[in-house]
Amino acid sequence: MSKLDKESKISLLKTMLTIRKFEEKVSENFAAGQIPGFIHLSIGQEAVSAGACFNLRKEDYISTTHRGHGQCIAKGVEIRPLMAEIFGKSTGYCKGRGGSMHIASLDYGMLGANGIVAGGIPMAVGAAFSAKYRKTDQVVASFFGDGATGEGAFYESMNIASILKLPIIFVCENNKWAEFSPQQVHMDIENVAQRAKAFGNVAAETIDGNDVELVVDAMERAIERARSGNGPTLLECITTRFHGHYEGDPQKYRPKEDIEGVRSKDPIVRYKTKLKEEGVLDDAGAEALEKEVEGIIEDALQFAKESPEPDSKELLNDVYVN
Amino acid sequence: MAETRYIRAVNDALREEMERDGSVFVAGEDVALAGGSFSATRGLLDKFGADRVVDTPIAETGIIGLAIGAALTGLRPVVEIMFMDFITCAMDQVVNQAAKIRYMFGGKPKLPLVIRTQCGAGLNAGPQHSQCLEAWFAHVPGLKVVMPSTVTDVKGLLKASIRDDNPILFIENKTLYGLKGEVPDEDFTLPIGKGDIKKEGGDVTVIATSRMVHQALKAASKLSEEGIDIEVIDPRTISPLDKSLILDSVKKTGRAVVAFEEVKFAGFGAEVSAMIAEEAFSDLKAPVQRIGAPFCPVPFSKPLEKAYLPGEEEIVEAVKKVVK
Ligand SMILES: Cc1ncc(C[n+]2csc(CCOP(=O)(O)OP(=O)(O)O)c2C)c(N)n1
Repeated sequence: MSKLDKESKISLLKTMLTIRKFEEKVSENFAAGQIPGFIHLSIGQEAVSAGACFNLRKEDYISTTHRGHGQCIAKGVEIRPLMAEIFGKSTGYCKGRGGSMHIASLDYGMLGANGIVAGGIPMAVGAAFSAKYRKTDQVVASFFGDGATGEGAFYESMNIASILKLPIIFVCENNKWAEFSPQQVHMDIENVAQRAKAFGNVAAETIDGNDVELVVDAMERAIERARSGNGPTLLECITTRFHGHYEGDPQKYRPKEDIEGVRSKDPIVRYKTKLKEEGVLDDAGAEALEKEVEGIIEDALQFAKESPEPDSKELLNDVYVN
Repeated sequence: MAETRYIRAVNDALREEMERDGSVFVAGEDVALAGGSFSATRGLLDKFGADRVVDTPIAETGIIGLAIGAALTGLRPVVEIMFMDFITCAMDQVVNQAAKIRYMFGGKPKLPLVIRTQCGAGLNAGPQHSQCLEAWFAHVPGLKVVMPSTVTDVKGLLKASIRDDNPILFIENKTLYGLKGEVPDEDFTLPIGKGDIKKEGGDVTVIATSRMVHQALKAASKLSEEGIDIEVIDPRTISPLDKSLILDSVKKTGRAVVAFEEVKFAGFGAEVSAMIAEEAFSDLKAPVQRIGAPFCPVPFSKPLEKAYLPGEEEIVEAVKKVVK
């Protein structure tokens, strides 16, 4: 089991809290009409992002999805430009051109969120190829949902990664929903991890993705496998989507029990309780941590709100390298 | 005549055609249990059951392939690609397979399939959820490309598309889903390949598609205050194109503006302008003007998207330019 020290445990909790509070603010501001476009939140799924990115280095890569704020934060990107991008401001990571679904921060190894389901997976394989080619010891974690495993791009990517033994971890955040359809509508098997059987060199695991330390452990094994040249891993993390598919989704398709039951699976409450039981954290410590995180988010929110909108004169910039 | 909304008209067309013909079925992501991401297929599962209203995985190639195979073997599929942008995931099935099968196979098979999708910017949906890509498909022989702008048109053309024996890309516009309008009470279809004069006028012909039809109509009332009387033509079908309707109008007015939402470069407007130049040059009193989107992806942020999206003002300006 986990050999995490006290500092690591608190750091994991802090990452999860940061994601939660960041997205809660996004949710509030979206509801208040401050944020344009579509917003997909990962509230309830924080343990996957925090755990999976915990042992990644700054120079390792990730790719993510329309539900990717959590992974950005866990990978360590700066909170201010992240928030600003979601508000469509010129100080955002993509100068307001991409928004929530298209955040990228190459300086932090964040190769991009994606509005196309499974669209990031083939590119992540390319980054893994590049890391192997350049002998940099970097690894790649490509995040996607259970629904994305219906796309051909997923299988093509797994096959190439398997054949070439690439240093990549395919991290499936299985929240049991693909937009408005439950898992049984789009998958005829119990676990996404079973899909790895079709390839020669892909290790696979299904874990409780709401247990952050389990995610850390499983990723540690997968990262070790990738860095030592043994090829890809498909890591399926079972988790829970608290909100609708997008903000404002009335969730008419979702059984009441499913919506009401989610809070009992809260990975943050669970981890906080565990850390208190272990004596890693006391009430005062927890409160201080929350305050600290709230400060970071509040600062980013102010920054985003006060930042200027992009100048429409820049509309045609950057279509090509000049 | 009954008043309804664009999205309801789509739903009614699907329901009526499924009632009429047992070989019509609907498939796509979230179309059955959830009733469609934009509720186009709401209620169909309850009425027709899971054999005829089929939820698929997120698998665009699979969805269009399913339609092709089913159409080749006797069914009439109407499949949904949630956003037009996602059809790019299935280009082989659309372009290399569906469009060519009848020709390649010596004219024997029919391929009665409809791919319904929606396009359009204006909701800050960003570069991967806002595109208008109709020119790509109009460029492919073997496909028909339909792009209705009104409630009546969407219903009549969808019903006609379902009854047509060719593969059809049926492009709705997300910003029109809430639009109200009247539809005939009786069963009706509208001919594919026939355009419609949305407003008669004698000074300038404005050929507009989809959302831009409404922008052109707004421009028309503004221009009429200045004594300029424009004729608004909606081709409704991008391919095949109702050439004679456009040419006759241009011959009458002597001036043409083409207004469409997709990127202007190499787009629908280039085809229409070239056609006018080839076939009605001597009737022209001014060069044809095109209104389209600038040559960049659809940006997310509000001011950028606003700057991107062509509309009423651009049409007014272009019309003034050709009457000068
Ligand atoms: C190629 C493509 N098809 C369809 C969609 C529409 N869409 C967006 S998210 C989504 C569901 C994705 O489900 P999953 O991969 O499980 O991720 P989750 O939303 O549960 O995080 C769908 C169908 C899309 N964005 N891209």
